[in-house]
Amino acid sequence: MTNLLSQRRLKVIKQICWTFSLGVVAIPFVFPFLWMISAGLKGPSEIFGQPSLIPTELRWSNYLEVFSYQPFARQYFNSLYIAVAVTVLTLFISSLAGYALARLRFAGAALVGLFLVSALMVPEEVTIIPNFFLIRWLGLSDTHWPLILLPVFGPQGIVGTFLMRQYFLALPKELEEAGKMDGLSRLGVWWRIALPMSRPALAAVAIITFLNSWNLFLEPLIFISSLEKFTLPLALSNFTDPYGLPLWHLQLAATTLAVGPILIVYLIAQRQIIESFALSGVKG
Amino acid sequence: MARKLARHTGGQEKTVPWLTLKMRETMEAWLFISPTLAGFLIFFVGPLVAVVWYSLTEWNLLSQQSVFVGLDNYQDALVRNADFWKVVRNSIIFAIGLVPLNMGMALALALALSRPFRGVIFFRTVFFAPVVTSAVAWAIVWKFLLQGDAGFVNQLLAQVGIHGPNWLREPDWAMVAVIITRVIKMVGLNMILYIAALQAIPRDYEAAARLEGASSWQIFRMITWPLLGPTTLVIMVITTIGSFKVFDHIYLMTGGGPENGTLVLAFYIYQQGFQFFDVGYASALAMIMFVIVMGLTITQLALRRRDT
Repeated sequence: MTNLLSQRRLKVIKQICWTFSLGVVAIPFVFPFLWMISAGLKGPSEIFGQPSLIPTELRWSNYLEVFSYQPFARQYFNSLYIAVAVTVLTLFISSLAGYALARLRFAGAALVGLFLVSALMVPEEVTIIPNFFLIRWLGLSDTHWPLILLPVFGPQGIVGTFLMRQYFLALPKELEEAGKMDGLSRLGVWWRIALPMSRPALAAVAIITFLNSWNLFLEPLIFISSLEKFTLPLALSNFTDPYGLPLWHLQLAATTLAVGPILIVYLIAQRQIIESFALSGVKG
Repeated sequence: MARKLARHTGGQEKTVPWLTLKMRETMEAWLFISPTLAGFLIFFVGPLVAVVWYSLTEWNLLSQQSVFVGLDNYQDALVRNADFWKVVRNSIIFAIGLVPLNMGMALALALALSRPFRGVIFFRTVFFAPVVTSAVAWAIVWKFLLQGDAGFVNQLLAQVGIHGPNWLREPDWAMVAVIITRVIKMVGLNMILYIAALQAIPRDYEAAARLEGASSWQIFRMITWPLLGPTTLVIMVITTIGSFKVFDHIYLMTGGGPENGTLVLAFYIYQQGFQFFDVGYASALAMIMFVIVMGLTITQLALRRRDT
């Protein structure tokens, strides 16, 4: 009996040690977020004083200043609407293509698949120079179009296509056949039967596409020049004083505003979000 | 039902004379796939062909003229320009530093977090959080933490009597800092891929080995590690290619500096093409990057084929 008890105690101690060491490893993962929030609430002088996680006084005015320093509300809205547009378009286009690759038999299907997959391996830096001239030739420089078109038709859209294809392949065919018997067109079967059954896959594609667009940096950097057309990542990198030195208190307050909502959604839906990445990672 | 069926076949008959079912299916398939394919041709295949052409020309952005110069740009990179080899060296150091660190840590975390215990979800959430965070935000915060004497990391080190380097202002330390902060940002992704692979291994294997008296290390060495082989290979390639693509992280933390100490290939392409407007040279660099990444991918496919 005592032996059993001490064994259990040993297990508890082991568990505590285990959790403690994981906690230590977790510090560099959590700490930057805490410090970001804390420093965003400090004054410019306190930021470089004695380091302390709790500001001596909470300077909420930093958050107001962020919006007067540059059109931050507008920039925030740009990021949001672009990410939504990219997500909706990607869902639409990639589920159509994914459905064709999964369900329809046609000459050249394997070739098309291979063709698309090969693009996943090519970094965007390889094609960005010609794309820059293409966009300029189309008269779309300094507009949001390249930030929508390039991700939708780039590798991200193709990841989506293959995720959808994989999911469609695993669906039972019978319902779709029944739909066809009832006189639905191919488009009708896709829209009314296949898509409603594919919510998990659509959610996964939506999550990774949205985040990818929200965090996009190279394309905005190259294509956007007007302040009011900036997206968040570009805006964040732009909090500098006239000498080009960073205005840390504003920059970190703005970063908190940009990262905060994403983190909150992540904490609520972490299982779903992590699974989405696992799915797309295996594919890539 | 009977009437429905009759109407259905009736409808079919009308279309059959001029379009067989097979042709119809092919047409529908191309219709479904055409938006993706069109975008792919316009924004990927076209530019890929164009970049080959650009790399063979000298382009002056101001006069808007391009002249065919053959392999001159490649010669510039490979022979004349000492910067290029420094960039290649940096990229390789970056990859060699990042890939093993990332994979080793990912595997260790996955082994620790692949079985249920109290708090497992919490820790998985924590280690994955930087993955969903934008690289820009991550780089900004770390740049702040890694400043010279006033930076928090160095103040922390001073508490234990270590005089920390001026991380982002000394070439070698800047590279170390960029690699470590990048690993912390991305390790969660490989961790969950490893967790998924670990959970797919049947528990019976381990139970049987335990009955035979195998130690934990023996089980890992003889059972777990070999079974993780395919996952390890995929992760290795994704991570290596990813390490060649790193741009925003370096742009914000070091700007390629100091003394070009963190100037890697992706950043070099951006710098030459969009800051110095040397389109021909930047295109040649892009082609070199393309060849490197394709080489890595083909190596992976060959390795995988050999394994199976």
